[in-house]
Amino acid sequence: MQFENPAISLKNVTKKFGEHTILNDLSFDIARNSITTILGFSGAGKSTLLKHVLGILSPTSGTIEVLGKDLSTLDKVELREFRRNFGMLFQYAALFDSFTAEENVAFPLTEFTQFSKEEIHQQVTDLLVSVGIKLESFKKLPSELSGGMRKRVGLARALALNPHIMLYDEPTTGLDPITTKMVNNLIVDTAEKNKDREMTSVIISHDVKATLEISDYVAFLDRGTIVEYLPVDEFKNSKNPLIQEFLKL
Amino acid sequence: MDLDYFKNFFIKQVEDFGRSIIESIAGLGNMFLFTARFFYWSVRPPFRFKLLFEQLFFIGNKSIAIITLSGMFTGMVMATQTYFGFKLINVDSLVGVIVALGMAKELAPVLTGLIVAGRAGSAMAAQIGSMKVTEQIDALEVMGINSIQYLAVPRIIASTLALPMLSVVFLFVGNLGSYWVGTKSLLIDEAIFFSKLSEFMNVEDLFQGIIKAFVFGFVISIIGTYFGFQVEKGAVGVGRGTNLAVIWGMISVLILDYFLTIYLVRIL
Repeated sequence: MQFENPAISLKNVTKKFGEHTILNDLSFDIARNSITTILGFSGAGKSTLLKHVLGILSPTSGTIEVLGKDLSTLDKVELREFRRNFGMLFQYAALFDSFTAEENVAFPLTEFTQFSKEEIHQQVTDLLVSVGIKLESFKKLPSELSGGMRKRVGLARALALNPHIMLYDEPTTGLDPITTKMVNNLIVDTAEKNKDREMTSVIISHDVKATLEISDYVAFLDRGTIVEYLPVDEFKNSKNPLIQEFLKL
Repeated sequence: MDLDYFKNFFIKQVEDFGRSIIESIAGLGNMFLFTARFFYWSVRPPFRFKLLFEQLFFIGNKSIAIITLSGMFTGMVMATQTYFGFKLINVDSLVGVIVALGMAKELAPVLTGLIVAGRAGSAMAAQIGSMKVTEQIDALEVMGINSIQYLAVPRIIASTLALPMLSVVFLFVGNLGSYWVGTKSLLIDEAIFFSKLSEFMNVEDLFQGIIKAFVFGFVISIIGTYFGFQVEKGAVGVGRGTNLAVIWGMISVLILDYFLTIYLVRIL
């Protein structure tokens, strides 16, 4: 699918590791201000794709534009600075285990802004409250938090620098149904709250049910190729046998 | 049939040996690249002094108890052993200075290096390794923070600065132990003990130990952080990385000690 002024645009992107082709001539756009999910089986190339979008990996051939910027034109330092346009919620939240919840969220603010301690404290409180963390959990270490709470704190940390693109790596993997629903609601709420900033959400997942509930667009990646990319309602009715099989799971 | 079996067995052994050599060379090359990255990132802002002081506290202050204990008993044992050897040829008055020289040039830096490799080198590998397998390092990179600059640089600088200081503590306490055993237990005359010390001991002897400790501190932390970043495959990988960091840290101290000794005795 092609969009006008997309948040992310891949053109003929191929990635090879030795003789193995992980991404095979990928060309697609991700619309601004949308929730787009990239579905696929394990080993389909989803995580590799995400690393390309972040500029952590470079394609063997092809170009990747993010927010109108060709990543291949940025040097290492520019690329690092450019990554501040991204927020990312990792599969297991990836909170710094020696920091409290509060310190985790404050971390990007202390690293990249000139805010005073009071201002950072206020912002951290707002962020943690906005994702549903109660005051008594602010001082807890990640090991003292439940899986769902860790995800909330991870989301608050990812949102701290007001990213333009929010990436979710398998956000519901390994969670119970209630926490899964909570995380899905959180993703939708976050997208809604940041709509005026045109924040784009990209989810990497193999959770079909959650994908169909929360996404605007769904792309299906198989063996490094996008085999289907449609608005969610059309995706549900896709005639592609592979998608049909996946939807039955 | 049997001949084929032995032929295949032999070929496999040769292949495994060749592979291990290639992997070792590749590993060494990677470690040099890692060291180059450390130098590149250590001179670039932001300079995180808070992290540096935290690491200095961990590697330096928190090692003082074990260094003091080891230093004290090493000095006492050295004095006792030297005394009974020297007594045979009636040079027991040299016990203090021989122990002091041995400690200053060899035992203080080497034993401090081995202790720090076991304590702090393993901790570096374990901390960084567990951060890697739980995607905390990826989180840093996604935020635009260089993980080598954030995690390795403070640890390596702190270790390089802390080891000479710990070595001096080891030396001081070791000599106290030697003095105490020598004069109070073995009844060497106190005045002779000190006069021999001032007669045969030079500042260069102290420098030799300090330079060695400085190099050991750098190498141990490069190895510890490098193996931390190399960790893969969960908890098993963290254990393996920690193990390799300790083994190679200790071996490096002992090998480097020989080459540094050859070099330093010529220039000092």
